[in-house]
Amino acid sequence: MRTIKFLLQKEFLQIFRNKGMLPIIFLMPIVQLVLLSFAATYELREVNFHLVNFDQSATSQRLVNKLEASGYFNLDSRSFDVNDGIEKMRRNEVRMMLVIPDDFDRKLNAGQTSSVQLNIDAVDGTTAGLIQGYGQSIIQDFSSEIEPEVRVTKQPQKAGINIVRASWYNANLDYIKYMVPGILVVLVSMIGMFLSGMNIVREREIGTIEQLNVTPIKRYQFITGKLLPFWIIGLFELGLGLLIMRYGFQIPFVGSVWILFMVAGIYLLVVEGIGLFISTVTDTQQQAMFIAWFLMVVFILLGGLFTPIESMPGWAQDLTVVNPIAHFIEIMRKVLLKGAGWGEIGQQVGVLSLMAAIILPAAVFRYRKATS
Amino acid sequence: MSNSIQNKLDAFIGFVVKEFKQIYRDKRTLLVLFGMPIIQMLLFGFAIRNEVENAHIMVLDASQDQVTRQLINKIDASNYFTVKGEISNYDKIDELFQQGNIDEVLVFEANFERKLKRGEQPSINIITDASDPNLAQLIQQYSTSIIIDYQKKRAQGGQPRQGGVTTNVSMLFNPELESVNLFVPGLIAVILMLISALMTSISITREKEMGNMEILLVSPLRPGQIIIGKVLPYLVLAFVNVLTVLALARWVFGVPFRGSYGLFLAESLLFIFTALALGVFISARANDQQTAMMVSLAGLLLPTVLLSGFIFPISSMPVPLQLLSNLIPARWFLVIVRSIMLKDSSLLFVWKETLILGMMTAGFVLMGIRSFKERLE
Repeated sequence: MRTIKFLLQKEFLQIFRNKGMLPIIFLMPIVQLVLLSFAATYELREVNFHLVNFDQSATSQRLVNKLEASGYFNLDSRSFDVNDGIEKMRRNEVRMMLVIPDDFDRKLNAGQTSSVQLNIDAVDGTTAGLIQGYGQSIIQDFSSEIEPEVRVTKQPQKAGINIVRASWYNANLDYIKYMVPGILVVLVSMIGMFLSGMNIVREREIGTIEQLNVTPIKRYQFITGKLLPFWIIGLFELGLGLLIMRYGFQIPFVGSVWILFMVAGIYLLVVEGIGLFISTVTDTQQQAMFIAWFLMVVFILLGGLFTPIESMPGWAQDLTVVNPIAHFIEIMRKVLLKGAGWGEIGQQVGVLSLMAAIILPAAVFRYRKATS
Repeated sequence: MSNSIQNKLDAFIGFVVKEFKQIYRDKRTLLVLFGMPIIQMLLFGFAIRNEVENAHIMVLDASQDQVTRQLINKIDASNYFTVKGEISNYDKIDELFQQGNIDEVLVFEANFERKLKRGEQPSINIITDASDPNLAQLIQQYSTSIIIDYQKKRAQGGQPRQGGVTTNVSMLFNPELESVNLFVPGLIAVILMLISALMTSISITREKEMGNMEILLVSPLRPGQIIIGKVLPYLVLAFVNVLTVLALARWVFGVPFRGSYGLFLAESLLFIFTALALGVFISARANDQQTAMMVSLAGLLLPTVLLSGFIFPISSMPVPLQLLSNLIPARWFLVIVRSIMLKDSSLLFVWKETLILGMMTAGFVLMGIRSFKERLE
C-alpha cells in the first residue's frame, strides 16, 4: 500500500510539474466541451440562394419574399441566366437556385398549375434534403395561400390527414442536450487513453523504466501506480463536465449521477487499459500515439456520436460491440436524458466490465514480456 | 569559398538522407503510417452514413382499416423505414424508447378510414425518440412527406389537380445524395492533418527530449536546414498517402472526380505544407513529446472533425463558431477538395481558399521560426 502511495505521489508530481500539460489536461477539454457542442447540428440556417425570375410579376415577388421571410433562405443574387447560379454554386457562394418561369403569374391566374424549379447544391446530401424539405413546404404554403385569390370557383375544403408530431425526451429537438454528453465522453476518453498510452513507452524511450525495473516494485503496484492517477483525473474531468452540463447548459439530469460515476469508473479502466496495452507493444511514443490516434478516430466516428449507428451497414453495427466509446456514449445519453437505471444499461455495463477484465491483464502480461 | 558552400550542401544532403533512412528503416512505423489511413478510409468510406436508412419504427394502429394498412405498407416499403411490429398499448412506447431499438412510433386514431371518408381529419401521431434530435428531425420529415404524398395521390383519385404551384427539384453535383461523396474528401483532410502535424511535431520534440537537438545545432547545419531535413520525409509520406487515398476514393468508392488532378495534387501539397508548418510550430513551443502530442491529438482531432464542415455543415453553426471555423485549416481544404472533385471547379473558383491556406502556412512558418529563435537564445 505504501509503495503504491509513493508511486502515486511521484506520478502526480510529474503531471503537475509539467506546466505545459496542465492546461491541456484541464482547460482544453472544458473549452472544447463548451464550444464544440454547438457545432454538431444539421439545423438549417439562412441558406444563400440565387434567383432567376423570368416572370417579374407581383406574384413571383411574393413567393420570393415568403422564402426570405421564413428565415431559412437569404436572397444572395439574381440574374436572368441559369448558368450564373450554377457558377455561383461552384464558387460555393449559394447553395440553391430558384427558377421561376415567365408564365408563372399568367398560368396561376388562369387557374392552371405552374412549376418552379429548385436547384440544390447536393454535395452535402443531408443539408440538401433539408433545403428541399423546407423549400417545398414554403412553396406549398404559398400555393395554398394564393389559391383562393386566383381561382374563380373555390372547391370546398378537402378532408385530410392531421399529422401531429411529438418529440419525446427532447421536445424542442434541442441538439445540445444530445451532443454535450457524447462530446464529454470523447474528451474524457482522449485524456485517459492518450495519457496512459504515452506513459510506459515514454519511460522506456527516456530510459527511466530500467530504474523502475530494478526497484522491488511488484508489477501490479507498478500498473496501479500508472493507472490510478489518470483514473482519478478522468473521473475529476467527468465531474467537471457534468457540472458544466447541469449549470452551464441547463441540461436536466433525469437519471442518477451516481450510476454514471460507477459506470465511468469501469469505463476508464477500459480506455486506460487500451492505452497501457498500446504502450507495451510499441517502441516509441510516436508509434504509440499514432495507434492511439487511429483507434480513437475509429471509436469516435463509429461510436454513434455524430452519425447514427442505425444508418451504418450491418457489419459496422456489429463492430459497435467492441467499441467502448459507443457503449459509454449510449449509457450517458440513456441515463441523463431518459433516466435509465441498471435494468436498461446492465447489459452494456456487463460488456464494459468484460472488456476491462480482458484488456487490463493483457496489458500487465505484455508489460512483463516486454521488459524481461 | 565555393568549396565551403559545397561542404555545407553536402552536410545538408547527408542529413536529409540520414533522416529518410531513419524513418524508412523503421518498418513498424511505416506499416502504421501507410496501413492505418487505408484501413480508416475503408472503414469510414463504407460505414459512415448520415442519411437515414431503415430506421426502426413501430405502429399503434387503433383502426386496422384499409387506409391505415396502406399507409403502413407504404412507409415500410420506403428505404427510410422498416416497420418492426405493432403495439397495442400507448404506455408501451416509453419502454420501447428506453430500450433504444425503436426510433419512431406511429399512432393511428380509431375509425381512421371512416373519418376520412366523412370529411373529417383523423390524426396520425408521429412520436420520435428525440434524444437524438438530428435523427428525430430527419425521420419526422421523411414520415411526414410520405404521408402527405399518400394523401395527395388519394385526393387526386384520377382527376388532375388544377391550379397552384408545384416544385421541380434537381439535386446538382450529387444527385443520389451519397454521403460517401461528402465524407471521402473530409477523410483525406483529417488523415493528412493528423499525419503531418502529429508526426512532425513529435519527431522534432523527440530530438529535443533526447538531447540530440544540441548536437544538431553545433553541427554546420543551420536550424532552418535541420527542420527542412526533419520535415521532408513526412512530406513524401503524406503525399504518397494522398495518392493512395485518392485511388481508394476513385476505384473503391466510385466517388466522381470531375476536376483537374493536377490542381488537386497541388492543393493537397499546399495543405500538407500547412499541416507540416503547424507541426513545426507546435514542436517549437512544446518541450517534450507528451505535450506536443497532446496538443496535436487532443487539440486538433475534435476541432478538425467538428469545425471543418467534415460532418456538420458550417452554415448550420452559431455565428461565433462559424467565425472560429475560419481558423481551422481543414475547413478551407475541404471546400477546395469537394469543389474540385464534385463540381469541377478550377483555381478561379477556389483561389480565395487557396490564398487563405497559403497565408496560414506562411504564418505558421514565421511563428515557428520565431519560437525556435527565442528558445535558442
